[in-house]
Parts: sequence; C-alpha cells; structure tokens
Amino acid sequence: MQKILFVDSEKCTGCRLCENVCSIYHEKVSNTSRARIHIVKWENVGLFVPMICQQCDNPICETVCPIHAVSRDEKTGALLIDNDLCIGCKLCVMFCPLGGVGIDKNRKILKCDLCDGEPFCVKFCVPGALQFIDSNAVNLRKKRIAAGKLSELMKKLFDVDL
Amino acid sequence: MYLLYNHLSPGIDPLSPDNVLLIGAGLLTGIPALGSGRCDIAAKSPITGGIGDSNIGGFFAPEMRMAGFDHLVIKGKAEKPIYLWIHDGEIEIVDASHLWGKDTFETQALIRSDHGDEEIISLTIGKAGENLVRFANVRTGMKNAAGRTGMGCIMGSKNLKAVAARGTMDIKFVHPEQLLDYCKEMIDMVMKNRYSRAASRWGTLVIYSSTNTTGLIRTRNFQLNQLEQGWEIEPEEMDKYTIGMSGCFGCPVSCRHRYTLKEGAFAPFFAEGPEYTSLGAFGTMVDCKKMETVLVANHLVNKYGLDTLETGGLIAWAMELYEKGIITEKITNGLKLEWGNEEVLFELIRQIACREGFGNILADGFKIAIEKIGQESKYYAIQVKGMSNLHSDERPTPSLALGIATSTRGADHLRSRPAIDLYGLPEDFLEEIYGAPMSSDYRSYEGKSRMVWWQELLYAVTDSLGTCKFQTVFLAVHAPKWEEFSKLIYLVSGMQYTTSQLMEIGERIYTIERIFNNREGFSRKDDTLPERYFKEATPIGLPRVKGRKINREKFEKMLDDYYTLHGWDNNGTPTKETIQKLGIEKEPSHII
Repeated sequence: MQKILFVDSEKCTGCRLCENVCSIYHEKVSNTSRARIHIVKWENVGLFVPMICQQCDNPICETVCPIHAVSRDEKTGALLIDNDLCIGCKLCVMFCPLGGVGIDKNRKILKCDLCDGEPFCVKFCVPGALQFIDSNAVNLRKKRIAAGKLSELMKKLFDVDL
Repeated sequence: MYLLYNHLSPGIDPLSPDNVLLIGAGLLTGIPALGSGRCDIAAKSPITGGIGDSNIGGFFAPEMRMAGFDHLVIKGKAEKPIYLWIHDGEIEIVDASHLWGKDTFETQALIRSDHGDEEIISLTIGKAGENLVRFANVRTGMKNAAGRTGMGCIMGSKNLKAVAARGTMDIKFVHPEQLLDYCKEMIDMVMKNRYSRAASRWGTLVIYSSTNTTGLIRTRNFQLNQLEQGWEIEPEEMDKYTIGMSGCFGCPVSCRHRYTLKEGAFAPFFAEGPEYTSLGAFGTMVDCKKMETVLVANHLVNKYGLDTLETGGLIAWAMELYEKGIITEKITNGLKLEWGNEEVLFELIRQIACREGFGNILADGFKIAIEKIGQESKYYAIQVKGMSNLHSDERPTPSLALGIATSTRGADHLRSRPAIDLYGLPEDFLEEIYGAPMSSDYRSYEGKSRMVWWQELLYAVTDSLGTCKFQTVFLAVHAPKWEEFSKLIYLVSGMQYTTSQLMEIGERIYTIERIFNNREGFSRKDDTLPERYFKEATPIGLPRVKGRKINREKFEKMLDDYYTLHGWDNNGTPTKETIQKLGIEKEPSHII
C-alpha cells in the first residue's frame, strides 16, 4: 500500500530537527535554508506548522514543467525532479500553491523526494508530528479522532458507557 | 573563557566601555542531536565582579553560524542605541532608536519587520537591560534567556539593543553520513531516559514534585524547606494552561510549555515556560501558592528581560526583611511586602525593571542592596559572591552545597550540580561514573568533592561544545558524556580526543575561570555558603532531611579535597604545576 507523509501540526514542538536532518541527508551540510521541509511559525501564539511537498495527485509542478523533468516514483509515490533535465526555469517554484518546491542560493531546486521511501525527517521526529503511514491509515486515524469526540457527546446525551 | 581572560584588563568597571561582551557558538552547534542550539554569552559580571557567563537555548547559535560567524567579540560602547545585523558573512551596525523602550517580544517582531524576514533570530534586551538593572538578561524567542550574571545589563551599557542573525551558509561536517546515523543513536539514548520523557511532558517542572515532597525547596526565602499545601503548583497543574510543548533547535526533548492564560491579572496572553526555577522564584520563595501567579510573573520577567532567579531571590529576601522589621514601608514607599501577595510581586518586578521606587534598590543586586539597606540584612541574603541562589535548599545535600559555594559565577546550580546524587544510586555504579569510591547517601560528605569536580569539568566541556546540559549526565544517569562527545567531535571535525583529554580541556576552562576570578580578588573566603546554611537546621521535610544543616568542619574538608582535585592550592589558587600541565603558563598572552 502506498505510504504518505502525514503532518500532525498539533504535535509539532517547532524544534526544526526535521529541517536540519533534511539538509544534512541531501546536502551533507547543516543549513536549514537548503532543507526541503520548513516549519512555519507564529511564535507569539505558539503555532508551528511543518510545510512540505504533498506529492499531489494532480501535480502542478509536473504540469507546468516545460521539459517534463517531473515524474512519479511508483515505489515511494514521490514526485521527483530530474536534475539532469531541469533547466532551472523555476515555474514549479512559482506555481506550487503550497510552497512545496523551493530554491536554494545556488539556484538548485529543492523538493522532497521522500528519501527513497525512508524519510529522515520522520525518523528524527520524536514528538511524532511527522509520520510516514499507509494512506488508508491516515483516514482511519482521523475518523477515530472525530468519532472520539462524537462518542463523548453521545455519552453525555444518552448517559451510556461506550 | 580564554577570549574573556585575554581581552579584559583586571579591575575594570563592568559597566564601562572597557568590558567585553562575547557571544559564542560551539563546536557541535548545528548537529541534529543533544540540543545543539546553545549559545554562550560572557563578560565581566556586573553582579559579582567576577566571571559573567550565561548559556542560552533557542535558535540563535545555529543561525549565527549559518550567517558565517562562530564568535562575536563586542568592545566599547555605541553613542546611541544600535543593533547588530548579521547575515551571510556580513555584520552591519543598525540604528535601534525605534526599538529602545520596547519589550523583548516587540523588539524581535520589529527587527523581523524591519528586514521583511520572519526567519530572523535575535538576541535582545528589554527595559531592564536598557535601565542597567544589574541582573538584566538576554532573551531570544518567547522564553529562552541567558539569565544569569547580568549579561543584558552589559548589552544595555553598550547601547546594544539586539543582535539579529539570518544565515543561508553551510555548517560543514567532516563525516556527515556517519554523523546523521550517530545522532539518531544519541537521540534514542537520550529519549530512553525516563527523565527526558517526563521533561517532554511536564518540562523541568517535573523536578518539583520530588524535591518539594522531600523537603529540598526553600520557602519564604529560607525559613522553610518545603512549601506545605504546595499542590497547586504541582507540574500537573500546567495541564490547565498548556497547549503543547516547545523545543529549542534540534531538540527531541522539547522541555517547555506553550501556555495561555485567559483570566486574571494581565490576561489574556500567550507565553512559554515556566522553568522549575521560576516555580521557585515566584512560587515557593515568595510563598505564592498559585500556578497563575507563577505564570504571570514568568511572563513579566521575560517581557522586561530580567533574570527570574535573581528577581525572585531579591524579592523573597525583601519580604523576609519586611517581616523581621529590618525594612519598613518608609523604604518600600508604602508597599506591604507580605508573603504571598501577588500584587506586590508583580509591582516589584515592574519597579525593578523600570528602576522605580524600592525596585531601584533591588535592581542593583545583593551586594549593593545590602550596602544600602544595612549589614543587618546580609544574614538573610541567600547568595554567594553576590549572586542569588536558586530556590533549592542544599542543607541536607553537601554535594549540592559545595557546588553552589565553588561555582565561579556565584551561587549557581548549572556549573556543577551533581543532581544524580539524590537518586541514591549503588556505590559501585557511582564509582564507575566518577572514578573513585563515594557514598550513595546524599546526606553524606564522603567523596562528594569528586562528584562536584567531575561535574564541573563535564559542564565546562558541554557548554563549550554548544550542547544542552539536560542531555548529558545531569538529571539522567545513562546519558551521553565523554565517550559520546569524543565520537561526535570526531565526526564533526575529524579531531580525535580521548576521555582524559576532554577532561583536561574541562580543567583548562575551569582553571582559567578561576584565575580570572582570582585576578579580581576572589579566593577561598568567597567559596562559602550563606551563614544560615551552617546555623539553622531544616525545620521540616521527610525524616531523612529534617533537622539538617551544613557542618562547617566537614565542609571545609570537602573544599580542601576539591581544591586538590583541581590542582589548586589551599587558598583556591591554581598551582604552578597545574598551570604548566594545562599549558596556560603564558596566558594571558595578549591583552587586546
């Protein structure tokens, strides 16, 4: 079953370990501006949201790429950019509505490739804000959380112990 | 410390332009483990007149390194308020007149909007630093603070409102692939500790439950050693206010709360913290039994940029003086300094930061405040070398007591605290860690000098590596230490050090701190405890800790052994042989 990188912002503690290991794994240096993942923060209210390529089903990056350098890895589900083909036009950076494709100061395109099926950001995320799980499980998890809230309500309404 | 020792002439006024402010990252800054976001800020302290040195978490150190700088040496004084803007290999001096008077949160936000970049990380001072409150701190983010020894005051004295960094340069490692794998191992090792997992849930507040139950918490300044009915400030209480935890750069533990206070004084507001120490400073020491009080006070000191411990310690002292009739409403300008009075607490925090009324007397710290109030007040001051102790009561625990007495920067737990002594670990196990036999009873004096000495070396090395003390042998036993540090240093830099070489480096750092202090007139007479530790016994607590005080004779013996371990003479001066062995006989080689 296809796995997806699931982001649970509520669990994120904003430590940016994901950014750091991403740059070390891909670029062999610690440099958060060269990471594929980025935690967007509103520190004054304590809100942290990890932002990363969502590996869309209808990827705009693939659509706009004039030389078809974007393709999907069937094994991992990741959309990959072929650096040998890439002409550096940055259309993917411009058009991705989520900021999922970035560019570093050396004009290199930065995009999550799911580390060939074993994402390092997930491996290092102790609070579990980043998870690499079955696509089906994501849905089931959310259902369970929603059902949990519903069951609380039912307990109150019907005074039963579920 | 080497830079400080070399850049400062002895005897200078800490508040003069002659003082030097150092901001430094470490060798391991930027690795994905061990909380590698620590930054060290040093200068001659305006509180003690000796070494000033404070370590701060958050995100500044890695950002500074990514901006291309490892260490900043700041000298002189700006004519008008400025801030430093560090970005990709450049440092600019920027006018800060629009920031002067702003609190630490506003300042950081304004700097970001000045440059239109939300990723900028700043070290900043608040009103307290501007007003030269001697224990003003340096702040970054919502909560991180280089709290102790008044480094914010030094920034204020240089008209330096902030240091802002933003970098996109690489931090390089010699063996990046292996480093990544080994750091994962380090994270697993740290998170296997129960302490780390508990800290992930409740922060450092978790320590309070056991120490207060035992009777190791000073209450009403130093009258009691336990806050009775103190359950309202148990860590679990934080669940009512917290929305989750928050971590420093690359830290898997994430030991601080993000909390909101919706009702009461100053509400609504969002803040981060509080630490265990703030729980003591604004809870037990001033006898406030409400978590809300601590949460408000924690937010206020962070906003103004005040050291939480020094502020709480001084207020608690003043409250006891008021109770004893040593100070009256005449000097406090009508403030009734009664125990547990939160309005007075909040007002005094404001007065200290703004240097108004009675707060202006406290704002100079213990040394000067004692001069102003009178020598009679000295007995009640729980301070060493002029710096306030935290809210722990070390009378039942000689090892912890020796640590606050010998600390180079004044009463302080972060230079040496062998907290694992409290666990009553098997003696053979202690011997394995510390390298010689010692008692496993925390009330004993047996072998405890060695514990303190060993921890001092470990913490000196940890601080200079730029990693977090909470992720070495501090509260957890099976935590990364010498061997792990050696391997990390190798993977990062290619340099190879053995455990004994690393310990020698720790010894060199600590001995230089010692020489620095001796040069300023410190000696054995300053390595002592407040008189009350020797005279008053702990009144309450568990039977094991009740009725304990420090035995002066045994304490002095412990001090002798401690000096011997360091290779210092009977007066606490490093011997010629030690200085030669450490290769610092030619230092200071260049007063710059």
